[in-house]
Amino acid sequence: MPNDNWLWWIPALPLLGSALAGVLHFLTLRARRSAPDAKGPGALAWPLACAAVGLSFVLSLVAFNTLRGLEESARVLESAPWPWIDAGSMQVAVSMVVDPLSSVMLLVVTGVGFLIHVYAGGYMKGDPGYAKFFAYLNLFVAMMLMLVLSSSLLGLFIGWEGVGLCSYLLIGFWYSKGWPAEAGQKAFVVNRIGDACFVIGSFLLVRIFGTLDLSAIGAGVHEHLAAHSFELGLAALLLFGGACGKSAQLPLFVWLPDAMAGPTPVSALIHAATMVTSGVYLVVRLNPLFAAAPGVLLFIGVVAAATAFIAGSSAVAQRDLKGVLAYSTVSQLGYMFLGLSAGAWAAAIFHLVTHAFFKALLFLAAGSVIHGMHEEQDMHKMGGLRKHMPRTFVTFLAGAAALSGLPLLSGFFSKDEILALNFASGGAHYGLWAVGVVTAALTAFYTWRMVGLTFFGKERFDTHHVHPHEAPASMTVPLMVLAVLALGGGLLNLPAVAPFTLASQGLHHWLEPVTRLGDEILHHGHAPHLSHSVEYALLAIGAGIALIYAHKGFHAYKEGLARDEQFREQRPALQGLLADAWGIDRAYRDWVVQPVKVLALTIAVLVDKLVIDGIVNGAAALARSLGQRSKRLTDGSVASAGLWMGAAAALLAFFWLLGGAR
Amino acid sequence: MILTWLTFLPLVGALALLFTPAGSEKLQRLIALLTTSVVAGLGVVLFVGFDGASADMQQVTSHAWFSLPAKSGTIEVAYRLGVDGISILLVTLTTVLMPLVVLSAQKHIDKRVKEFLFWLLLMETGMLGVFLALDMVLFYVFWELSLIPLYFILGIWGGERRLYATMKFFLYTVAGSLLMMLGVIWLTWQTGEADVRALLNGVGDLDPSTQLWIFLSFAIGFAIKVPVMPFHTWLADAHTEAPTSGSVILAGVLLKMGTYGLLRFGVGMFPAAALEMAPLFMGLGALGIVYGAFLAMAQNDIKRLVACSSVSHLGFVVMGLFALTQAGLRGSVIQMVNHGLSTGLLFLLVGMIYERRHTRDFEQYGGIASVMPVFALFFVLSMLASVGLPGLNGFVGEYLILLGTFEASPLWACVGVAGVIFGAVYLLMCTRKLLFGAVTVEANKGLRDLDAREVGIMVPLVLLCLWIGVRPNQFLDKTAGSIDALVTRIDAARETRTGALELHLPQAPAAPAEAQR
Repeated sequence: MPNDNWLWWIPALPLLGSALAGVLHFLTLRARRSAPDAKGPGALAWPLACAAVGLSFVLSLVAFNTLRGLEESARVLESAPWPWIDAGSMQVAVSMVVDPLSSVMLLVVTGVGFLIHVYAGGYMKGDPGYAKFFAYLNLFVAMMLMLVLSSSLLGLFIGWEGVGLCSYLLIGFWYSKGWPAEAGQKAFVVNRIGDACFVIGSFLLVRIFGTLDLSAIGAGVHEHLAAHSFELGLAALLLFGGACGKSAQLPLFVWLPDAMAGPTPVSALIHAATMVTSGVYLVVRLNPLFAAAPGVLLFIGVVAAATAFIAGSSAVAQRDLKGVLAYSTVSQLGYMFLGLSAGAWAAAIFHLVTHAFFKALLFLAAGSVIHGMHEEQDMHKMGGLRKHMPRTFVTFLAGAAALSGLPLLSGFFSKDEILALNFASGGAHYGLWAVGVVTAALTAFYTWRMVGLTFFGKERFDTHHVHPHEAPASMTVPLMVLAVLALGGGLLNLPAVAPFTLASQGLHHWLEPVTRLGDEILHHGHAPHLSHSVEYALLAIGAGIALIYAHKGFHAYKEGLARDEQFREQRPALQGLLADAWGIDRAYRDWVVQPVKVLALTIAVLVDKLVIDGIVNGAAALARSLGQRSKRLTDGSVASAGLWMGAAAALLAFFWLLGGAR
Repeated sequence: MILTWLTFLPLVGALALLFTPAGSEKLQRLIALLTTSVVAGLGVVLFVGFDGASADMQQVTSHAWFSLPAKSGTIEVAYRLGVDGISILLVTLTTVLMPLVVLSAQKHIDKRVKEFLFWLLLMETGMLGVFLALDMVLFYVFWELSLIPLYFILGIWGGERRLYATMKFFLYTVAGSLLMMLGVIWLTWQTGEADVRALLNGVGDLDPSTQLWIFLSFAIGFAIKVPVMPFHTWLADAHTEAPTSGSVILAGVLLKMGTYGLLRFGVGMFPAAALEMAPLFMGLGALGIVYGAFLAMAQNDIKRLVACSSVSHLGFVVMGLFALTQAGLRGSVIQMVNHGLSTGLLFLLVGMIYERRHTRDFEQYGGIASVMPVFALFFVLSMLASVGLPGLNGFVGEYLILLGTFEASPLWACVGVAGVIFGAVYLLMCTRKLLFGAVTVEANKGLRDLDAREVGIMVPLVLLCLWIGVRPNQFLDKTAGSIDALVTRIDAARETRTGALELHLPQAPAAPAEAQR
């Protein structure tokens, strides 16, 4: 079977594109050195990068189609392996594998990625690092593809760290400003904490399974279930720790809001649509492992619910347009994990896909707003923009409607499925369901607050100096495509009660070959089931809540800032807490960063300089003073010490030679 | 025969230098560059022709030299050279690094050039001899030969506090050397054998407590050289005060003499004793990782930060060695090379910026990436190799070491993994303070970017980092046979240890003797 070597081209094309764009960057720099305003070949990077990702998308479509043509049980394409690390007792070989799950991820990464590449051409125009930007962006896509295609957990880790690197580089893209560089560093370090858990988890997997091959691990869980249930659970927990870092869950989400320091296309691609969902992908990929640890699944649910609620409530009090979207992303990722905790693997992937559509759309549209407003991000200084940028406005509306879960749009269906499956699981999941519903209300509220503040009411900026303008077509066309996807994405996986049975549960069935093992282990063949009437009722609750709170949010903010000011005056403590994201970031600064700094200084000054070096210098001084007392035996200089060594060596030689002569 | 050429060609070059007239610096640099390049070529030939599947010493040269008395009978000291899977990578690394070091000295060594190059070449002979010697006495001779040149390089061409640094380096080294000499005398006297191959096949006749004592005298001697925390305080001073080329050799090769010694003469000759002491050394390695990282975090001198990072990185190597597992040993051997490459690169880069600005203080930098983009590219690449990004060399070593340590002791492995987090902290902090932010210092505004020579020095090293990162097996395979044999010997020692009472430590294990012939 492993002979589909063309699969290597899917990540290789963007990798190649990245290298070429990098060369273009340095050629441009060279051209600029001789003539400061020379243009150089940097502008070529855009079409090049788009072509690389576009071709990858085409190959992904081919892979998807090939899979569809195969028997359900045979839906796997695999390339020849690349023998990476031979650890003696274990070999790590990485091949590229396309199965139903990775085919979905492929299409999202390359499809949404392509649209964002197109958009970025206009957004980044005139930036001195234009070609460099596309080099990083292409490298990111290559690494993300490596992540979703790898057959081995360690190959996945290449992508995992690779996307983290690109995230670091792109958050800090405008490094001259200083704080983006700090934000990038924070993202990398916080992610490293998660990665440390990931790595230890992988050691446990090696101990249990003797391999890091993902399909072998998945297939082997059942057999080790009885003997190693504790280790399996621990491994699952540690891998979830890794997912917490990458997918911004409590307590490691603090890097994502800061990541907004990067250019907006980066926020859309990396910090909303793709990279941050890789934790969700990891859990679904290893669903048998997680299914074998129900306790861990419940823990994931609690973390996810808390994350969704805390981030959702924080989004309500943000003034920064991208800040709202960032906390919203954290909150929506919480939803995905909420789904995973109920074993709703397909529902989580469904929400991952629809979220990629509408959140990429919202970020790009927000980018268009920021672009048109001359880099202003504070919604309190916007207002009335619907007249100035109509196309951006309409597409933003589409994204907002989908995010807030207005009936029949993509976010409605995907969120509903996650909540319904939690409801169906019963027990503690009723509680998780309730938190999910409350968060849905918050989501609708903050989304429409954002729409109201940005596009309605009076212009709250100096209309004489700032002239908001609509973005060029290269930016608005991707917006429109994404708007269509955000509105209609629900068709991928309509609920089972939908009247058109043909399309119902499409994604669910498509993913079944991947999720079957996990389902069997988790439910032993008795999947929780909801009656049609309950399912209708849940849909109605979802629709009602979305409509009511969307209306409330929009109504309160369509005229201006009065409501925000009222909130701040009447509940200053609560407002401050929410604006500060429950003070978690500050807690890190006070309780982690500061102690580490103090400890480092203590070690460097107290332990190293005073104690250890003190002993060494003391010994040297002692030797010197002894030397002085016994007159000229040693004066502590190199020369005399050298003499000492020479003397010792001579003594040794003498002793030996004496023996030799005997 | 190739090994003799390899070892003594640098010495020939050094002697040739002595006959060049004063003032002919170009010629002198050319001689040094040519000599080291030819040696590098030989090193590569040796590497390519090396059979990694075999556990035997290869290319062995042996000539009787003189004999010494032993406890019973005599010790036949001989000129014996050979290479196996444990030394091959280090030999090749040394030969490849040297021409680059000579090139890097083009600018910053501008006084007493002839003398400098002489010491450099002499040192290469010493270092290669250390890795190749198969005779205990010969090994000790080469060991001292490789250290003496560094006293001079440090003391003559070093920075402001060079005398203090040299003194400290010297005291530590003498302490280490004396311990080692004690070990050599004791071992050869007791066994009547100076041939490393014979000793590797079994020192089992020695009673366990003697084994333990000899092991300790070797292990501590080498630990000082590595340096293992808490013997590390000479390193930061020596690195900081040494000229760039000295730092590169120190990090790239000299420190590896310590880890090589631990592996060859500690673990290799005394597996039973190593098993006894493994928890201690694994723990010291793991603590060293974290300790070095914290130390690095607190530095505001770039070069000192890189020096402290060495303590952390070598902690990995020591931890992996004393995990005494396949993965751990493989990881350690490859990590010795990795550290040489990535830390060597960082020292080169720090040296290049120092040549331009004559300061190592972070306060004086910031925003360098916008003035020197090529420099920034190489710096970030080296930093990433050092931080252990998958796809680059550092990851392979660190992952194998941690995996191997996890088998032996999950606790220390977890401490090591924590060190990986702190490693990211100080390296990224260093990168940010140096490269990012606005250019605030006036003197930084007109800095010229790297020239062709400087890029040329780094390209081979960066390519090697990538190569090891992507195809590590081509390097790991070279070590496979020797490490397999070593693991077999360790396992045999482990069995006799658990089978018998601790007082009756192993008699010469028979099985490993066969493996080593």
